[in-house]
Amino acid sequence: MAELMYWEAIRRAHDEEMTNDPLVIAMGEDIGVAGGTYKATQGLYDKYGPERVIDTPISENGFTGLGIGASFIGVRPVIEIMSVNFAWLAMDQIFNSAAKVRYMSGGQLESPVVIRSPGGTAHQLGAQHSARMEKVFMGIAGLRVVTPSTPKQAYGLLKSAIRCNDPVFINEHELMYNMKGEVPDEEFFLPLEGSEVVRQGKDVTLFGYNISVHWCKQAADVLAKQGIDCEVIDLYSLSPLDREGIKTSVSKTHRAVIVEEAEAPVGVGSEVMAIINEECFFELDAAPVRVSAVNVPIPYNHTLEKAVIPTAKDVVDAVLKMFGKA
Amino acid sequence: MNIADKKRLLREMLYARRFEERCYEAYVERKIGGFLHLYPGQEACCFGVMEAARPGHDYVITGYRDHVHAIKCGADPKEVMAELYGKETGSSKGRGGSMHIFDVKHRFMGGYALVGGPFPLAAGIAKGIKLKGGDEIAICFLGDAANNQGTFHESLNMAAVWKLPVLYICENNLYGIGTRIDRSTAETDQHKRVSGYDIPSACADGQDLDAVFKAAKKAVDHVRSGKGPYFLELKTYRYRGHSMSDSNAYRSKDEEKEWGDRDPINHVRDEIINAGKLTMEEYKAMDKEIIDQIENEVIKFAEESPEPVVADLEKYVLAENDPWVQGGAK
Ligand SMILES: Cc1ncc(C[n+]2csc(CCOP(=O)(O)OP(=O)(O)O)c2C)c(N)n1
Ligand SMILES: [Mg+2]
Repeated sequence: MAELMYWEAIRRAHDEEMTNDPLVIAMGEDIGVAGGTYKATQGLYDKYGPERVIDTPISENGFTGLGIGASFIGVRPVIEIMSVNFAWLAMDQIFNSAAKVRYMSGGQLESPVVIRSPGGTAHQLGAQHSARMEKVFMGIAGLRVVTPSTPKQAYGLLKSAIRCNDPVFINEHELMYNMKGEVPDEEFFLPLEGSEVVRQGKDVTLFGYNISVHWCKQAADVLAKQGIDCEVIDLYSLSPLDREGIKTSVSKTHRAVIVEEAEAPVGVGSEVMAIINEECFFELDAAPVRVSAVNVPIPYNHTLEKAVIPTAKDVVDAVLKMFGKA
Repeated sequence: MNIADKKRLLREMLYARRFEERCYEAYVERKIGGFLHLYPGQEACCFGVMEAARPGHDYVITGYRDHVHAIKCGADPKEVMAELYGKETGSSKGRGGSMHIFDVKHRFMGGYALVGGPFPLAAGIAKGIKLKGGDEIAICFLGDAANNQGTFHESLNMAAVWKLPVLYICENNLYGIGTRIDRSTAETDQHKRVSGYDIPSACADGQDLDAVFKAAKKAVDHVRSGKGPYFLELKTYRYRGHSMSDSNAYRSKDEEKEWGDRDPINHVRDEIINAGKLTMEEYKAMDKEIIDQIENEVIKFAEESPEPVVADLEKYVLAENDPWVQGGAK
């Protein structure tokens, strides 16, 4: 089993799928000749040529719509939007065309398009380059949303997303492209629905997704030393959320902490809380808690920026408080 | 275009006109809901262009004023009417409505409600054609006001750089809802607006079937021969309000009369009559036959069709049993 970086895993998935199916194409700004802002498409231009690895103009709504239109007749475009902040410009085509076309055509048309984009707050990129927009995408019927937390997931989810006949939005993370992790050498596909128990525990469930899974794991290690046994669940599918998985875990631990890099309002945390209420309210021993970002545009100043985004320590504190130990 | 072709198209155009007028009545009777945008006045645009293209083979996409384009591509008028009635037998199974007619088996790729939305979709279909190596072209029919959307410029630019087989037809009816073109648009001649994208363009009289056909023939040949996109502006006029909720108070009676005098259907009809190939009596008989057919077949089908069942509400949101959702066939 090889250790790959997150970007290498994405690149490998592209490469294999483009070899497998001549109608798989890649498009986006600077993804071809330049090899991609995060190298996720490096080398593909030389291998597959300009008809299939397309450097687009800076026209997010235009090229996303173009990819969606191509998908109507069986092309499988993998569209990279350079930063999720720019995806706002493509929302019309993603929401109004890709997500709705199957329904409003009564099942006649489908849009098997993949849109991948890094979100998250990196280092001092300022308010317009630090959005966490998964909450926006996951509220739209007809669109699948997945968010890989490891290179293995980045590979396996992209592979399945390309083959799936629904439009899939893949929420990546600017800080994770250089993360290393084991990825099996043989080809594999991960399910686009579900969640993954990344650590078994009995006292409390920590729910994370994408980068916050790592904060949860770090917090679980710290809390283990203090006698609190955390279960950590990776919600890699944000739409649909894994109701069963959430219910099973909370029914076992009777406590839940949801950790999100984004602001709390209308987010993953509120959605998971609602599911807990609906599915297993009477199993709870304590009110569920969210650990979320402060609800402000992301400041440039390093100290202020750090104060916005939750950390593993915030997770530890929230759990200790829940157990009356803080 | 010979007289026999003109006669065939006269019938089709008249059918389209009567179909739309019957929709108007059905809307007033509250059989049709939502927004309803009708096509009377503009018929020569769709029929002239599609006569030069290959309906059912070439891909067609448009906005919300879409019934006639769908029918011309091959959609069954009964299914289109049933869609307007919201019935399960409708072309989109009652899930789409007037603005979202689809008939994919005839390559009518849909009506879309967001002004300017289809521009990039059409370019994408053209990209798909190119990748798959077919001889089809993508044809996008939109209005004049749509050209003020960013997608217009973004799509023309991409279609030009990548030499995509897409034909953009601008049905310039001089208004975007109630705003006259010169009040919203700096350059009112739409075909001039594409010059910055190195795309060939032309303008034709959209009330004259023959003129539309000739201009479209040139446009279609250009696109099909692999030379890249083309933009054709057709000057036209819609008789009714923008949609059924439109008072139409922003246009002068003189203007309406002026355009009404240049009716595209009467124009072809008179041409054929003058050529001695049709009499007024025959025309009137044909008209009556069309009206009866719409009543006895199309409306009857829509009226008698079943409603969709609420139990199917969540169908068509996502693919059914897609194996890749579970990570592939196990
Ligand atoms: C993005 C968007 N903005 C506004 C509207 C409301 N609207 C519907 S049709 C229309 C006018 C479009 O005019 P034009 O493109 O000339 O087409 P026509 O209706 O004349 O055929 C407007 C403003 C809309 N549907 N979508
Ligand atoms: Mg108009």
